[in-house]
Amino acid sequence: MSMDFWILLTGSLAAVSCAVLGCFLILRRMALMGDAISHSVLPGIVVAYMISGSRDSILMLVAAAIMGLLCVFLIQWFNNRGIQSDASIGVIFTSLFAIGVVLVSLNARQVDLDLDCVLYGEIAYTAWNTLQIGGMDLGPRSVWLLGGTLLLVLTVIGLFYKQFKLCAFDPMLALALGIPAALFHYLLMGLVSVATVSSFESVGAILVVGLLVIPPSTAYLLTDRLGAMILISAACGVASTVLGFALAVWLDASIAGCIVAAAAILFAVTFLLSPKHGLLFARLRRTRLSRSTA
Amino acid sequence: MILEVAGLSTAYRSQAVLRDVSFSAPEGELIAIVGPNGAGKSTLIKTILGLTPSLGGSVSVFGRPIGDVRTRIGYVPQRESVDWDFPTHALDVVMMGRYGRLGWFRRPGRKEKAIAMECLAGVGMEAFAERQISQLSGGQQQRVFLARALAQDADLYFMDEPFAGVDAATEKAIVELLRRLRSEGKTVIVVHHDLATVPEYFDSVLLLNVTVQAFGPTAEVFTETNLQRTYGGRVAFAVAATGQAKGAEA
Repeated sequence: MSMDFWILLTGSLAAVSCAVLGCFLILRRMALMGDAISHSVLPGIVVAYMISGSRDSILMLVAAAIMGLLCVFLIQWFNNRGIQSDASIGVIFTSLFAIGVVLVSLNARQVDLDLDCVLYGEIAYTAWNTLQIGGMDLGPRSVWLLGGTLLLVLTVIGLFYKQFKLCAFDPMLALALGIPAALFHYLLMGLVSVATVSSFESVGAILVVGLLVIPPSTAYLLTDRLGAMILISAACGVASTVLGFALAVWLDASIAGCIVAAAAILFAVTFLLSPKHGLLFARLRRTRLSRSTA
Repeated sequence: MILEVAGLSTAYRSQAVLRDVSFSAPEGELIAIVGPNGAGKSTLIKTILGLTPSLGGSVSVFGRPIGDVRTRIGYVPQRESVDWDFPTHALDVVMMGRYGRLGWFRRPGRKEKAIAMECLAGVGMEAFAERQISQLSGGQQQRVFLARALAQDADLYFMDEPFAGVDAATEKAIVELLRRLRSEGKTVIVVHHDLATVPEYFDSVLLLNVTVQAFGPTAEVFTETNLQRTYGGRVAFAVAATGQAKGAEA
């Protein structure tokens, strides 16, 4: 199969995982939590790499998920003790990220872990790094990794959809009904960590935040139903991947950069033109209203 | 006694919010919790329900720990506690009241929808079932919250300021709903801010200001002396003491 196909598939799988989880993040007013998690997984990645010597290990996913949860826990812990929540987020994730950067630079000789690759990803090399089992070529590793992640995300969200929804809308009622809101909070954050790590090779730790936040924000402007929002968000993620890839080929620019830029363009267009919440229609309605009352 | 609270205390950082709160609520009554701002009224409800941690004391509902009887307890949080721009509609919010009975994996289905619709009708909101919740007025949003509590089909209800900022029609609808619940043998505990309507609406009243100032049948407890003690010097009127006068508020 062609290289382009694998790049599009990898990008789409990453985009859909992030788009689904991102809906719950932005509805819980936690968009920046995605930012924080995606940065703080770095020390986890480095430590796992130092232990296993490979970038494809399950250990790396687990270590990164643990770091992500630790980040969430620390943010909450400081917040509960009187530090403003945004300051708390800023302090924790930059500190953890700094530890990661120091670890990478200290081990630069032994660790063949390219910081540029971690930060910006390199989806273009997807097709070369294939999964071989018993001499059989099973296709790119990242497709397996991201496919597995997407399956995990969809399974968990699908099974506990009502809990995630209620915890996002009214966590107090969730608790009053006996639904363990804290458990579902950490479950969501754990999924965000896993999705972030499995995406970082292709889109990088920084741009993955764009995939977490931009497509859900676009979908939010287009619907009044959570189920529809998740579907539209996923569709926006795939559309951004396809558009971004075409853009990257045309401009001969970074694929990951173009994918997130395409997501931003979709958001901007929606913001202007959405029939429900768009700027244009809001203005039209206002003009019509002022004419009818004049 | 349907609810027994003994020695309940909580603090925010180093400030006591509730100190040694004890009372026993009789079954089948409408009970008001009244007190000045910062008296700990909402905190009392949340602590009883186990939504915020307590520093000590015990709560038993129907003679059992609260964790065992959650499906028999209904809760209406303050309206401002949620984001009304959330992408959902009125019927969906009401269905959330059924989630506690669905267990871990079951999804709300046709039965839950029918129950939710019935509950919406119970507060006169059936015409707004499909309406996005941000497009409802404050009073309509409050009624959706009440319908959700009805959907919980509980025996004991806690309501946090259900009358706050609602229109006259909604206030009337809420009062009717409270009386209907009482006639079905339910107990309702309401955080209330309008002193003037306490004698008319409620059978019993708990006067709270960090500690319990007085608790008992409204006719006996809702006196000028007790109000003075609860509100400090801030109740400079005697209207509420007898419940005859209307229209004044603390």
